[in-house]
Amino acid sequence: MPEKKEAHAVKLTGRIWKFGDNINTDLILPNVAFYLTPEEQLKYVFRANRPGWVDLVRPGDILIGGKNFGMGSSRPAARNLKNLGLACLVAESINGLFYRNCVNFAFPAMECAGIEGLLAEGETAEVDFESGIVGNLTTGEARTGKTIPPQLLKIVAAGGIFSLLEQEGAIAAKSA
Amino acid sequence: MSMTIAEKILARKSGRDRVRPGDIVTVDVDTTILFDNNFIPTNWREILKVRDPDRIVVVLDHRVPAPNAMAAGAHVTARAFVQKFGIKRVHDVGYDQGISHQIVADLGYGIPGTVLICSDSHTCSAGVFNCLARGVGGPDVFYSAIKGETWFRCGETVRYELTGALPKAVTTKDAFLQIAGKYGAHPTLNVEYGGPGIANLSINARKTLTTMSAELSAEFATFEPDEVLVEWVRSRSTREFEPVYPDAEAQYLARREVDLATLEPLVAYPDTVVQNSKPVKEAAGVKIQQAYIGSCANGTLDDLELAAEVVSGRRVAPSVRFIVTPASQHVYRQALKSGAIERLADAGAMIAPPTCGACGGGHMGVIGRDEICITATTRNFKGRMGDPSSKVFMGSPATVAASALTGYITDPREFLH
Repeated sequence: MPEKKEAHAVKLTGRIWKFGDNINTDLILPNVAFYLTPEEQLKYVFRANRPGWVDLVRPGDILIGGKNFGMGSSRPAARNLKNLGLACLVAESINGLFYRNCVNFAFPAMECAGIEGLLAEGETAEVDFESGIVGNLTTGEARTGKTIPPQLLKIVAAGGIFSLLEQEGAIAAKSA
Repeated sequence: MSMTIAEKILARKSGRDRVRPGDIVTVDVDTTILFDNNFIPTNWREILKVRDPDRIVVVLDHRVPAPNAMAAGAHVTARAFVQKFGIKRVHDVGYDQGISHQIVADLGYGIPGTVLICSDSHTCSAGVFNCLARGVGGPDVFYSAIKGETWFRCGETVRYELTGALPKAVTTKDAFLQIAGKYGAHPTLNVEYGGPGIANLSINARKTLTTMSAELSAEFATFEPDEVLVEWVRSRSTREFEPVYPDAEAQYLARREVDLATLEPLVAYPDTVVQNSKPVKEAAGVKIQQAYIGSCANGTLDDLELAAEVVSGRRVAPSVRFIVTPASQHVYRQALKSGAIERLADAGAMIAPPTCGACGGGHMGVIGRDEICITATTRNFKGRMGDPSSKVFMGSPATVAASALTGYITDPREFLH
């Protein structure tokens, strides 16, 4: 397992990967990987649309999406992005159901209009989840996105819904 | 204080006077549905307490009957869960099994004015019952089962005003493809269906629109209530309810009219159903290997009878595998009694057990390398029904049945006059 960053770290800096519009969750977690362990599922991420990418991504990298990122099925695709070690997702817009799962699995995600034009593949971004400012460290340009609403930040800060429920004794601790 | 249907239910269930677009509210959840994917080892966490077992429904639908030991294991976990908490509304393999969204319709679980969630993205299907329903994440249903509440973000609403009546061989799937083709995706938005045209649509026909609203990336899809809806729920549920009508002065992002009488059969080309619709006649002649009817979008009695009408007295092309999947055992029995199953089977269709099955590339009709399928289901993402190189065209059950007969994508009006 890649090293996990603190779920609610305020400022994240990383190399970016761009994925364009309408990325669906079948691409992040295809049906054939459903019964595999979360670790084994990772090699299937974007296999259909970008084979080989999972071997290139490094912990701390940042995913840049276009419009309606994460459309489609409610499957736990956000968990795979988090487990790949990605620091966060910034997209022009994020599908409502996918955004829920980003919160659920404490994977930091931000909607930011104009993000696609701000960054080119391979450049380095700085994403500030407190101010909402996303900067291109190569060009010095910046855009302002939407911060995580306070009601939802509580879930993210707890490490996601399962951590929250575990802390409250409502679900059993995860067996080793 | 005027509100849309979704805003009114959000206000009612969050104890507020009014809810506006942009608000995030905590709502009381009336119905939480868990299904077999929740019980897969990587998704399941053992629940130690629930708020109210009578507000929980458990359905085995995605992988039924179990195609492998992993699926069977998830079903074993589900059965232990329902036993532990004494959950009564359980839909295991047998008399009352089916796709969860169809069971909600069959058994009156979708109650007007209430909140229903499930971690399947097509849960917005239940919006046909004037219910605030949506797909949430897997962890959200755990939270809701345990605490009886969840959060929703209120979006702006687009109103679709339906007028007129559908011509022969044209269905609400075509109406959906018209909306998706013309207006594209609706992320962060609610859709609300109403208007004089709904009087000409059965509940089954309306349900295709709310189910397919997931493909518009809509947040909530709701239908304006009428007598047909109220009667449907009253005849299936003893629960008291209060239907929710939109206020006359409700604020919509847009109001768009869809004249059902002017529609024609459409297909969505492979890889997306959004802004990808064309008249069937433009796709006519594309050779197919499989034709599939089923899912929460098109597995109702109406869908099966329409397909049966197309193929009645004819034979499926030898080069085509025609698979028909009733959405529930209840629908299956209805279609047996109506004669639809017999006509479909006589034509060469294989009837599969009620399951989400091949719609999501699970089992019972997965497609192989470079194959082309025309389907009346929910989604046609790249590789969705099987091999990443396969292609999926999306049409109505009439279009799928007509294509099954010829072996090529075919306008159903060739067979239905």
